[in-house]
Amino acid sequence: MSIGHETTVWPSLDETLRVLTFQGGFNTSVVLVGVTLLGVAAGLVGTFAVLRRRALMSDTLSHATLPGITLAFIAAVMLGASGRSLPVLLAGAALSGILGVLTVQFISRHTRLPEDAAMGAVLSVFFGLGFVLLSYIQTMATGEQGGIGKFIYGQTATMGVTDATVIGIVALGTTLASLLLFKEFRLVCFDPDYATVLGWRISLIDLAMMALVVAVTVVGLRAVGLILVIALVVIPPAAARFWTERLWVMAVVAAFLGGLSGYLGAAASALFPRFPAGGIIVLVAGFFFLLSLLFAPARGVLAAGFRQLRLRRDIASQHLLRGLFEAGEAGGGEAVPAAALRSRVHGPAARLALTRLTWQGLIARRPDGLRLTPKGREEALRITRNHRLWEQFLMAYADLAPSHVDHSADLVEHVLSSDMVQELERQLRARGRLPRHAGPPPSPHPLASGA
Amino acid sequence: MSFLAGHSAESSSPLSSRPEHRPGSPLAVHGVTVAYNKKPVLWDVEWDAPEGRLIAIVGPNGAGKSTLVKACLGLVPVVSGQVAFFGSSLRRSRRLVGYVPQRGSVDWDFPVSALEVVTMGRYGMLGWCRPVTRRHREAALACLDQVGMADYAGRQISQLSGGQQQRVFLARALAQEAQLYFMDEPFAGVDAATERAIVDVLKRLKENGRTVIVVHHDLQTVRDYFDEVLLLNMRVVAAGPVDKVFTVENLRKTYGARLALLEQASSALADLARVS
Amino acid sequence: MPITLASFLQIDLPAMLAALLATVSCGLLGNFLVLRRQSLMGDAISHAVLPGIVLAFLFWGSRATWPMFFGAACAGVLAAVIIELVRRLGRLDSGTAMGVVFSVFFAGGVVLMEQAAAHAVDLDADCVLYGQLEDILWLAPTDLASLLEPAVWADMPREVTTLALTLAVVSAVVLLFYKELKLTSFDPELATTLGFPAGLFNVLLMVLVAAVAVAAFEAVGSILVIAMFICPAAAARLFTDRLGRQIWLSLGFAVVAALGGYLLAASAPLWAGVPSALAASGMIAVVAGALLGVAVLFAPRYGALARAMRPSELAEARERAAAEPLATNLSNR
Repeated sequence: MSIGHETTVWPSLDETLRVLTFQGGFNTSVVLVGVTLLGVAAGLVGTFAVLRRRALMSDTLSHATLPGITLAFIAAVMLGASGRSLPVLLAGAALSGILGVLTVQFISRHTRLPEDAAMGAVLSVFFGLGFVLLSYIQTMATGEQGGIGKFIYGQTATMGVTDATVIGIVALGTTLASLLLFKEFRLVCFDPDYATVLGWRISLIDLAMMALVVAVTVVGLRAVGLILVIALVVIPPAAARFWTERLWVMAVVAAFLGGLSGYLGAAASALFPRFPAGGIIVLVAGFFFLLSLLFAPARGVLAAGFRQLRLRRDIASQHLLRGLFEAGEAGGGEAVPAAALRSRVHGPAARLALTRLTWQGLIARRPDGLRLTPKGREEALRITRNHRLWEQFLMAYADLAPSHVDHSADLVEHVLSSDMVQELERQLRARGRLPRHAGPPPSPHPLASGA
Repeated sequence: MSFLAGHSAESSSPLSSRPEHRPGSPLAVHGVTVAYNKKPVLWDVEWDAPEGRLIAIVGPNGAGKSTLVKACLGLVPVVSGQVAFFGSSLRRSRRLVGYVPQRGSVDWDFPVSALEVVTMGRYGMLGWCRPVTRRHREAALACLDQVGMADYAGRQISQLSGGQQQRVFLARALAQEAQLYFMDEPFAGVDAATERAIVDVLKRLKENGRTVIVVHHDLQTVRDYFDEVLLLNMRVVAAGPVDKVFTVENLRKTYGARLALLEQASSALADLARVS
Repeated sequence: MPITLASFLQIDLPAMLAALLATVSCGLLGNFLVLRRQSLMGDAISHAVLPGIVLAFLFWGSRATWPMFFGAACAGVLAAVIIELVRRLGRLDSGTAMGVVFSVFFAGGVVLMEQAAAHAVDLDADCVLYGQLEDILWLAPTDLASLLEPAVWADMPREVTTLALTLAVVSAVVLLFYKELKLTSFDPELATTLGFPAGLFNVLLMVLVAAVAVAAFEAVGSILVIAMFICPAAAARLFTDRLGRQIWLSLGFAVVAALGGYLLAASAPLWAGVPSALAASGMIAVVAGALLGVAVLFAPRYGALARAMRPSELAEARERAAAEPLATNLSNR
């Protein structure tokens, strides 16, 4: 069955463009700006939280805001004020979120319980308490309780200029704080013990980091809800990690992805009825995470797989060339039937290598088999030389049995740089182990692939 | 933000990067006892480190060598006892103390370059929120050069070999420009080039009058690399100049009935016999 | 509402039974989660079952038990597998991997739920989050005598029978594989070399957790179920070093939390002066949390207070050191 086919009306291109260019009405634009800023701030702050392995601590924090919100509401109503006062509710949220984090730290520091158990317990118990208080609020005859529910799933539609301004201020503040404390955060994320030795109070740095997460979480509550606000803190930084090996680049990418997720999610939510903004924003962020996981050039799965394949192809090429060269040494430059090389080179990487070597003009395919071209012979000579040098080096230095050398030599040969090869030659020459003629030194073990 | 002012007072003079020299033994350990989960790891350790020497802490696995270093640096809580640096408290002497932790203590997949890691050694001279300046980066680069790693400054740290990572840690400690260095197993599992680089650095530090305390596991090289030795097995077995203290009898006392290590000890003893 | 025997039997008894069965099932499995440091896997899975439940609901168009159960179990196990994949392929730490995967799953569930609401069917977000203990009614019994009639028992509410069945299955599995679960929790590598595939038992545990999370979510909701998983087991862990004893203790705590929480919530009009009962599922979580809080502070050996009050670690260390055979070193000093 198709979900929602009778309610979903596709918006026109014109309408879509209007919303995306902030011309879809004042309220929509305010929401768009607010949520985008929220995504930027969350992505930036989340970068440090994720690297400090505080992802689930942020989750605990956001769940733990519920009793604070409800208590603030109850207190406000009892004192005769409006229960909808945003500053009061957010202050309550921040206080109980921090209390939750402190409780986790107390439990994991002073008992034998692991931190994850403490986090799970605090998260659920605080949430449970919040729910009890929520049910208490339902019995109060104020008629304002509707606003509280918005904190759980979030509702961007009710976001006003005040909310957007608050988010903007928090975004600006967290950006500034992240810039100022960049050095401290990097140090404490990478090596907290060393930070202590240098004289930094890591508890203060952690506190500053957690305070930023609290600020972002609390202002994000109304927009995306307390269950999903964690996603904005965790997903964009996790996605950004795939794109770079630099911390500041990661922070910028995370802020960008967070902002983009917020922007696209809020726009989609404005365009489609029944698309709750919180959920859509997180799904968009999740989509970016998936893209990054798969396709990011620095650490993505495909890039890693491609590099792996290329390495295997290069290794297979070297084996192939060396096999042909050694066959030539044994048999005197004849063409070698492909079947004779099969014990050495097989599989898709080898086929790839063969195709590439032929295309590069290093190997010629003849009716009677494979043959090295003059250019190929030169290359094969170089490779064989390296290989044998390494074999002898290992034998001289590591007391390896000659029968075991072949295998390990193959492995290390591919990580040797050309400098290293020269150093090897120099050392072997000094010991009189390097043959004087230009060709490779003789193989120390009987050749297996003599055709 | 009162804590900003509090810290920057301590680090107000980045230009006088060489800390002033203070009188007193660089490290005085007095009656230090450490227990993990109520099981004692260090017991009533009494030790004065002599100044300007290269000192090895030697002992069997689980003897509390690393724990002693961490206890001195305030990284593990001390049940009882005191540690004094240059006749003063650790808090007042932070800038005089450098540290090379064990390589396995951090996540090498972390998104920083080798130079950025070395620059962290300068953070102690910077206050809260003060950015790293060009001068500090240049100093860090010079330290990388001292360990033969200048060519790898821009490399992400996971792309370095184990020995290269160890040298980055060493350079980071050098960047601290301290008077007293602690190194926790710097020779563990490193290649020959790194071992040479570490030994060179040790020599240079000694020439400049620094004190270096190294947790060391290889009995064979103690005599070659170090002037002083602290034999430790939960408590101090013996401490003093290598010639006097690194003896067959003391080693036997340190390693006791730990059979697995006797073999290693005995080959070192054979070396000793050969030397003397 | 005056409490009569009939109203107790029809409203309170089934709800209490459901709460009891849910907390006991969760508490039982929670022991292994806490020991394996996988407490948050329970959290992740209970969030992640949401889209499975909604999809099954949309597909079958009813709140029939088995389709929803099936959908949720699929989503839960799928989430566990994806978390592991993301952790390995993406080289991320497990906390981040969990945070990414379960929030995306939950977000998917929230969006799907809005779509489902468009079909005007009664699956609302709140019942998923908090459960609806109060809506479990057992209309058959009217007085104590009627409890003896089999027909009355046959009319047991569906939620209660599902939970009873779940508890039976979970207890049977735990009893059957107690040794293996213990071993794989303690030392997965040793277990694998001994021929007990640790990975398989991990999957088994995750399937059970997903199943319990689904069965319990109707009663106590998807977030509060985490409290049931963790709190009783964590509290018991602070009282004893023996796994067997820990499990029994945790079951006791689970019972106290379920009954105490329900009664506290139901009797709120008496002590809180509110016109109607408070949320029972939330109150159960609060009582479970209070039990854990008491354990954290006051447990005889491992509580925070006992640790702080302990005579002197030094004295104890001295004793142990004296017992340690290090005569050679002593003689040297």
